Amino acid sequence: MRSSPTGRRLLAAAGATLVAASTVAACGSSSGTQINVYYAPEQNFQSVIDECNKEANGAYEIVYRKLPRDADGQREQMVRRLAAGDTDLDVLGLDVTWVPEFAEAKWLEEWTGENKTAAEQDVLDGPLQTAKWNDKLYAATKNTNIQLLWYDETVTPKPPTTWREMIDMAKKLKGEGKPYQILFTGAQYEGLVVTYNTMVASAGGKILSDDGKSVVMDEGAVEALKVLKEVASAGVTDPSLTNAQEQQVQQGFEKPGSEAAFELNWPYVYASIQTGNPDRAKHFKWTRYPGIDGPSKVTIGGYNMAVSSMSTHKPEAFEAALCLRSAKSQKFSAIKDGVPPTLASVYDDEDPLDPNKPADATNNPSMTTAYPMKETIQEELADPAIRPLTVVYQNLSTITAKVLSPPADIDPQSTADDLRDGLQKALESKGILP
Amino acid sequence: MSQTVDSEPSEVVAAPSPKKGKPVLSEGKRAERRLGLLLCAPAAIVMVAVTAWPIIYSVWLSLQRYDLRFPDQREFVFLDNYIAVLSDGYWWTAFGITALLTVVSVVIELVLGMLLALVMHRTIVGRGLVRTVSLIPYGIVTVVAAFSWFYAWNTDTGYLSDLLGADAPLTQQIPSLLIIILAEVWKTTPFMALLLMAGLALVPEDLLKAASMDGASAWQRFTKVIIPVMKPAILVALLFRTLDAFRIFDNIFVLTKGANDTSSVSMQTYNNLIRGLNLGIGSTMSVLIFIAVAIIAFIFIKLFGASAPGNDPGGKR
Repeated sequence: MRSSPTGRRLLAAAGATLVAASTVAACGSSSGTQINVYYAPEQNFQSVIDECNKEANGAYEIVYRKLPRDADGQREQMVRRLAAGDTDLDVLGLDVTWVPEFAEAKWLEEWTGENKTAAEQDVLDGPLQTAKWNDKLYAATKNTNIQLLWYDETVTPKPPTTWREMIDMAKKLKGEGKPYQILFTGAQYEGLVVTYNTMVASAGGKILSDDGKSVVMDEGAVEALKVLKEVASAGVTDPSLTNAQEQQVQQGFEKPGSEAAFELNWPYVYASIQTGNPDRAKHFKWTRYPGIDGPSKVTIGGYNMAVSSMSTHKPEAFEAALCLRSAKSQKFSAIKDGVPPTLASVYDDEDPLDPNKPADATNNPSMTTAYPMKETIQEELADPAIRPLTVVYQNLSTITAKVLSPPADIDPQSTADDLRDGLQKALESKGILP
Repeated sequence: MSQTVDSEPSEVVAAPSPKKGKPVLSEGKRAERRLGLLLCAPAAIVMVAVTAWPIIYSVWLSLQRYDLRFPDQREFVFLDNYIAVLSDGYWWTAFGITALLTVVSVVIELVLGMLLALVMHRTIVGRGLVRTVSLIPYGIVTVVAAFSWFYAWNTDTGYLSDLLGADAPLTQQIPSLLIIILAEVWKTTPFMALLLMAGLALVPEDLLKAASMDGASAWQRFTKVIIPVMKPAILVALLFRTLDAFRIFDNIFVLTKGANDTSSVSMQTYNNLIRGLNLGIGSTMSVLIFIAVAIIAFIFIKLFGASAPGNDPGGKR
């Protein structure tokens, strides 16, 4: 109201200049071909991109578009853009459970010919399965992930090998007044589904048939429900089990005065405890995830790199994706960001990051110095559990998490029936999500 | 009892014009009116385009089987989606929770808001300061406030759960609901108070003085004078808050993510639409929420006689 006509005109001019300037800037940066990589935040991923840009030698420029930190947020953002036909997306960083869904919605370009050969070479079998849908390859594996059992060797010098053994040990430790808690992801979200899927596979059971078209929920799946109920109601978990996601589990073990004896979590916790609680880090050990009877089959996570079917630079996008997940890049990411490689050869690579200098844990780490648990990871990866490969995985996961929550209230037979019911509806994409 | 009062405050409201029939307009007046309508038209058209079109489109989507993951199976299914939603236990649980949260939080907000409004209205010293301070919660972004409640009630960082000796309150249904209500009440009571204060300003001081001369106690003055005069303001405040509370999303999203049966209808719509990519079912839920909100507004306006925003029941100003 108070501004004079001249003032207003000035303001308008300033606004116009601003708009013009930003348009010019936008044009300026896209002088060459730009490959947009939509991928989760990973601390040193920009260095990987910089390396690949050097290799591209000016043919294109890879730009890192950071997605939100949580998986749901990442999926939502990509899905919203893809559903709207956004051509700006070139390379997509997909969680291993999203490939069927994105492929079926016709958002992914199939990998064929030389690209396919390159993307399949040297890849471990478990992770490779997650990149396929209907026997076609839709993504190149970037990194895998697998949970281990982490423990404090001063509390339990000899770690348990099965869930029931672990529960008994925890009860005994509780009686002795020592740290006793078993920490795992028990909140109503994907993490609980991962825990349950591992238990089912370890008990030799199945949730869905192999083609992902019908619900099985066999004996093993019911046995897994029994074990999940046992651990949740034995008084050996954190009181806020039903709010515990990865981060709470990790912090629960690291915090001063922690009452935790066991932690089931991804390998990143190893690097995190070194700074989070250096005293406890000295006794922080790992072993294979506990089984039900016999050795465990552990659920794999991780990311795959796919090319959007709406990309306007597909050949360059394939090349960029291959570079971002090459053996060299995977080794760098494993050492710097703690994400386990999907290529078998990287695990045996003894060279430090700079092969011309001697290995040194702080300045020039190698797989051996930064990844002491790599043998256990390899052992688990040799016989992993894959989460059901289905287009409606998101619905499946939401319903499973809902039916299993809270784990202490599970009644194995009737919960199994509820799950069978809900999952069948989800497979037909009928019914609603809770 | 309110009759005596209703006739009194006519001095506040301008006397209604005596003639009821359509006034004859002069040529100049009519041209002026036409120009006025023309000037309003662009805004009105934009409003219709941005509000009516999405509503019609949602209704259209809600009549189809349309799952983004099965683009080939898109088909027209009439009311199947409505049957699917309305016959599902999850929907009615969420509906019940939403209704409970709405009623409880709005009632508490009304009582506290009224107290706050009286305090703000009667303060003599530092009136501006009191009003500003009481508005702070309303000025804080809901998600930010929700996160501070979340951490306050968490077991690791929670000073409030430590204080009350509560054991992970956000992992059980009843404590979670109470915390959600607390967060809602804390956040929106100032808004309620602000609306009510506007109503309080309508109560003529003379009326209160006359009532106290007649021997009315403070409580009697409140229930027999202030409340009847304020009734329109109270109803508008209640209407706004009820509509708003029924759409509760952010506090639940941050505090529990809908775990342990604390999901509201908006949460569920979001889960089906954005996470489930099921445009058919998701739109059906949006339409149902729209209908529920419309019914709430209808009840308030027709049955309780709240004035719709923009309408002045007392005549023209």
